[in-house]
Amino acid sequence: MLDTAKKKAMLRQMILLRGFEEKLEELYQRKAMFGSTHSYRGQEAIAVGVCSALQSTDLIASYHRGTGHLIAKGADLYTLLCECMGREDGYSKGRGGKMHMGDMGFGFLGNTGTVGGTVPTATGAALSAKVRGSQEVVVSFFGDGAANQGVVHESMNLAGVWKLPVIYVCENNQYAMTVSLEKSVAIKHLSERGAAYGFEGKTIDGNDVVAVYEATEQAAAKGRAGGGATFLECLTYRWDGHFGGDPGTAYRSKEEIEAWKQKCPIKRLKEELIREGQLSDEEFTKTSASIYAELDEVAKRAEAAPLPKKAVDLNSIYAPTEVARD
Amino acid sequence: MTNPTTAEFPGTVKELRVQEALREALRYEMARDERVFVMGEDVALFGGAYGVTRGLLQEFGEKRVLDTPISEAALVGLGVGAAINGMRPVVEIQFSDLLPLAMDQLASHAARYHYMTGGRVNVPMVVRNKFATRPGGGPSHSSCNHGAFIHFPGLKIIMPTTPADAKGLLLAAIRDPNPVLCFESHHLYGVRGPVPEGDYTVPIGKAAVRRTGKDLTIVTCGGMVLKADAAAEQLKEKGIDIEIVDLRSLAPLDKETILNSVAKTKRAIVLDEGPMIGGISAELAALIQENLFADLKGPVVRIAAQPIPPPHSPPLVDAMIPDVDQVIDAVMRLAEGGGKMR
Repeated sequence: MLDTAKKKAMLRQMILLRGFEEKLEELYQRKAMFGSTHSYRGQEAIAVGVCSALQSTDLIASYHRGTGHLIAKGADLYTLLCECMGREDGYSKGRGGKMHMGDMGFGFLGNTGTVGGTVPTATGAALSAKVRGSQEVVVSFFGDGAANQGVVHESMNLAGVWKLPVIYVCENNQYAMTVSLEKSVAIKHLSERGAAYGFEGKTIDGNDVVAVYEATEQAAAKGRAGGGATFLECLTYRWDGHFGGDPGTAYRSKEEIEAWKQKCPIKRLKEELIREGQLSDEEFTKTSASIYAELDEVAKRAEAAPLPKKAVDLNSIYAPTEVARD
Repeated sequence: MTNPTTAEFPGTVKELRVQEALREALRYEMARDERVFVMGEDVALFGGAYGVTRGLLQEFGEKRVLDTPISEAALVGLGVGAAINGMRPVVEIQFSDLLPLAMDQLASHAARYHYMTGGRVNVPMVVRNKFATRPGGGPSHSSCNHGAFIHFPGLKIIMPTTPADAKGLLLAAIRDPNPVLCFESHHLYGVRGPVPEGDYTVPIGKAAVRRTGKDLTIVTCGGMVLKADAAAEQLKEKGIDIEIVDLRSLAPLDKETILNSVAKTKRAIVLDEGPMIGGISAELAALIQENLFADLKGPVVRIAAQPIPPPHSPPLVDAMIPDVDQVIDAVMRLAEGGGKMR
């Protein structure tokens, strides 16, 4: 059972993730950031539930809607926001943007904009963990859209054959950009695919952070004990459009969106804690306010941070060979 | 071919075929560095479709020599992840034709991780593949796809021709902190030559002058080095002195060696087994003319494969791929167009 302190920490994290997306949206609307946003609002319980159940030596690979995963795994807010805003101080020095980062300093293998493209990255990292005999577990975050990419199938098959310590966390928000899941697959639950690869597949409520935490904890323990991979399908919904500028209503009804907003993961945990007498409305409001104030502060610093110089560095495409030897 | 003679290598050498020299590099580095492992279709029990990995399973065990299902995209993709997470994977892809199956992982992941993470993430991975257009292979088993990959900054591309280079370049590739694509010519696997024993590397990004001459430079790579050499032998009888530059690395390209040679001979032919359009031959011709136009005594002539898919039947293949006579004809035309060679 999760203790109150852990639940409160997860609540705080979820508010932070949501606040970060709202800050990005604000910056996007006033053209202070480059490229688009991919809002994670509504899906916060997955990143937070999963990452809270991991150890610091465990690894994650993410995808285009990845800011939430990074924050939950321990990314620095200023460095992350700088990258979103194309600043030199960003994780990738402005070269990658929010869809292209990586930092093993906090167990983050990388994210890219090819849907499904980092599922083999995570699987390969798990292969490394197994070959080296380490205790690392790797989480591969991806969406329901990625589930239909060929390389995802290939990777999961290998994870099954080699019993790799990897957790496939499928964030089923039910739309691959605008195309609904029912137009994309003929099965009821994506988790059924786990059986096809010889490992366990589970469908859980992705808006219940406690359920996500517990499922991840079990899957991680199994992976560490040599029990192989797990497919965790987390049912959820993205409140916003696929990207900034997509209201998300051309392919989804307002009623559907509203119904899912009622299943808000933050509201759910907040109400649970209030019911248990562990949280007051006042404390919640105070916590939220301090998080949003922190984000305002970080955003101010990031906006003031310099852009990269207008220059091409041809040496930047390769790692220096001198570091090759051990 | 004018193989480097044993005298050029310090220390002990032994006579090996290219295929064996590649295996020598794998064995040497697997013994030295436990992070190195090999995976691919049929690489373990069977020893690889071309025998390059033969014996590695017995020597290093099944944790480090992995037979895999037929999943090219995932093989390269898992290689990327394993490399980021501390290993030194060497992935075998059986044919150059199958690289496009892994194109996203090569072009948009492996090649870009270092740059797009601001240098935070490196991918020290080698992807080996066999290439060559030859009769019987046909459109999906005998492509020369190397030219497609020079378009993706971040990949290193090697193409060894001699046994010594096969060992030295592959060893350097495994130790390189970047993703390296190794193109191994079917025509060259059986070529024998001296190979230094022990720790022997050849720097990636350095071309080799295989034959020195003063009248004309042929810039080429892979199996075409053999044809260039055969043409040069025949032209010697006509009193024409050919210099051959073997690229060895397509990325990074050794512009200095190429341009120094052509600056000396003032005539250049670029010769490639890959399709001419947009390939390495186009890149070389542009490079030479941009830098040496005023010095050239004639146009840079491109000789490369015809832009058709590789066919099955021998006469069709012969018509597609550059041959020795074509090289000789081109040299003679340049000689006439540019006056006497000397």
